[in-house]
Amino acid sequence: MATPVIEAKNLSKLFPVKGGFLGRSQGVVRAVDDVSFAIAPGQTLGLVGESGCGKTTTAKIVLGLEDPTGGIMRFEGQDLQSLDGSGRRHYRKSVQAVFQDPFASLNPRMRVGAIIAEPLVTNEKLTAGEVRKRILHLLELVGLPERAAELFPHEFSGGQRQRIAIARALALSPRLVVLDEPVSALDVSIRAQILNLLRDLQAQLGLSYLFIAHDLAAVAHMSHFIAVMYLGRIVESGEAAGLSQAPQHPYTQALFSAALPSHPDERREEIIVAGEVPSPLTPPAGCRFHPRCPHAMPRCSTEVPTLRPQQARLVACHLFD
Amino acid sequence: MSPLLDVRKLGVHYVTGRGTRITRAVDEVSFSMEAGETLGIVGESGSGKTTLALSLLRLLPTAARFAGGEIRFEGDDLLTKSDREMRAIRGKRIAMILQDPMASLNPLFTVGDQVAEPLRVHERASRQSAWGRARELLRAVRIPAPEARVREYPHQMSGGMRQRIVGAIGISCEPRLLIADEPTTSLDLTIQAQYLNLLRELQKAHGLALIFITHNLGIVAKMCDRVAVMYAGRMVESGPVKQIFDTPAHPYTRALLESIPRMGDPRQRLTAIDGQPPDLARLPSGCSFAPRCPDVVDRCRTEAPPDVVVASTHAARCWLAAPRAGSAGR
Repeated sequence: MATPVIEAKNLSKLFPVKGGFLGRSQGVVRAVDDVSFAIAPGQTLGLVGESGCGKTTTAKIVLGLEDPTGGIMRFEGQDLQSLDGSGRRHYRKSVQAVFQDPFASLNPRMRVGAIIAEPLVTNEKLTAGEVRKRILHLLELVGLPERAAELFPHEFSGGQRQRIAIARALALSPRLVVLDEPVSALDVSIRAQILNLLRDLQAQLGLSYLFIAHDLAAVAHMSHFIAVMYLGRIVESGEAAGLSQAPQHPYTQALFSAALPSHPDERREEIIVAGEVPSPLTPPAGCRFHPRCPHAMPRCSTEVPTLRPQQARLVACHLFD
Repeated sequence: MSPLLDVRKLGVHYVTGRGTRITRAVDEVSFSMEAGETLGIVGESGSGKTTLALSLLRLLPTAARFAGGEIRFEGDDLLTKSDREMRAIRGKRIAMILQDPMASLNPLFTVGDQVAEPLRVHERASRQSAWGRARELLRAVRIPAPEARVREYPHQMSGGMRQRIVGAIGISCEPRLLIADEPTTSLDLTIQAQYLNLLRELQKAHGLALIFITHNLGIVAKMCDRVAVMYAGRMVESGPVKQIFDTPAHPYTRALLESIPRMGDPRQRLTAIDGQPPDLARLPSGCSFAPRCPDVVDRCRTEAPPDVVVASTHAARCWLAAPRAGSAGR
């Protein structure tokens, strides 16, 4: 296999929680706990899980916005810790992001051309003419007319704004783009346009994506591989089509059975898990899912299951030991 | 038997700029529903679905005006009721659940006070009996340890619990009709599944009619008997859920269904709908969907299409829709 664009090994991120008298430490939140994954060139990893599962923290570590407290991150085979200043700059240019809300992520006082050019102007020494050429090329890539460069964000609809955000993310020719809920703020009739555009750009430019979304069908559609997180840990990961159609881990099964049907005749076996996700401050001992798991056994409350190969994928569950 | 709710040619306009600008947020909308039935009203932002829901309770913002039509609920036209009569209906015979539970609960009152309030107001229940009912209702919506929870405040609950409390308030006076406006958008998937199942049980237990206002066709597929599709203030198609999913008659409905990614779908590309939803203040003449429609013909751009009855309970507002053979149309 080609060198992965990005590789995480036993990544963890602990947040100390302070509170009470004189801000004494009250413990830690293990937002990301022993997480490993790799994304190959031109491929998409879909990250799914419910609020508090650590997918946003993982994305922030990948973007270099948070430093991991443990584990190793490699970019194109190089340990991020070992990078010098220029290596670090190269990394930051190579990993870009598109966020959920294109109404919040674009500066309303800047013209679209300036928004797209900003990363170029701050990172590369280009003449005005070269910048202009790049802007027009990027606008064309995302399917916007040339004159868009002269307009302000408020003159565009949600879908067009998301195209602008994508153009900005592509300005520095990144290798990896983190897509954090890129279509959930858009109108239903616009979502397919943006998902198609993202796939076309991937094929055209060989981009890798880290795709985060709560719409499981969209994740399954966009991803080559999927990793499912629960309370900071990956509980199952594997090839997208196989995982979404025959999930193995009881949590993945519950999650995918809770996904809404696409047709009224589609009757899935519903696995309704009781209760809610526990507080990450006091995660359950053993397997973190055991208090809600329909198959829990005595050992699940004491032993932490590790990810093991199971039918062409990795599953962390004692049922498969 | 007359239907529980019968809306005829309802129009709601927003009047702005000192009466110079009129936006037709709801335009000639007609539908009806029976007791115990579940209707999904789907549409994108700006399609008028929330305005339609608010108009059923006459809770429109001040800039909005009713522009004709009638809303018959249990035989009475709600548009002719006085404000006082409407207050006796809201929360008692028609209740509503909103999208954000934190915004619909008062942070300064205990959960028990808020669940008991409609009972105190509408049924003049004593404090003690209302609180007793509140505990039962919290148990019915699966709040653990309701005896202790009634004395707690909304901030002490999780998002899923808050939404279930809003549900408990909604059903407290045993309404005939419950309107849920995007009730699960702020919830996680497994919590959403719990909540939708709970709503279905409550509906069965109380014979409630439910209206789901949503942009999510998955919720419609899972929960609803009938569906009405809104586009640019108009109801462009309505009918039984299965029929609409199998054989949609309006190009917008068809395009919407095809544009959604499905689990286990081998397609490499989704069928996207070109263009943008229109600005309600500057609607195209003729059919509002014409600029984006893959099947558009000349007539669509000049003349607004009529409501065509496709099959007995299935109608579409499109020039190309035709009564289907074998259906007992009319």
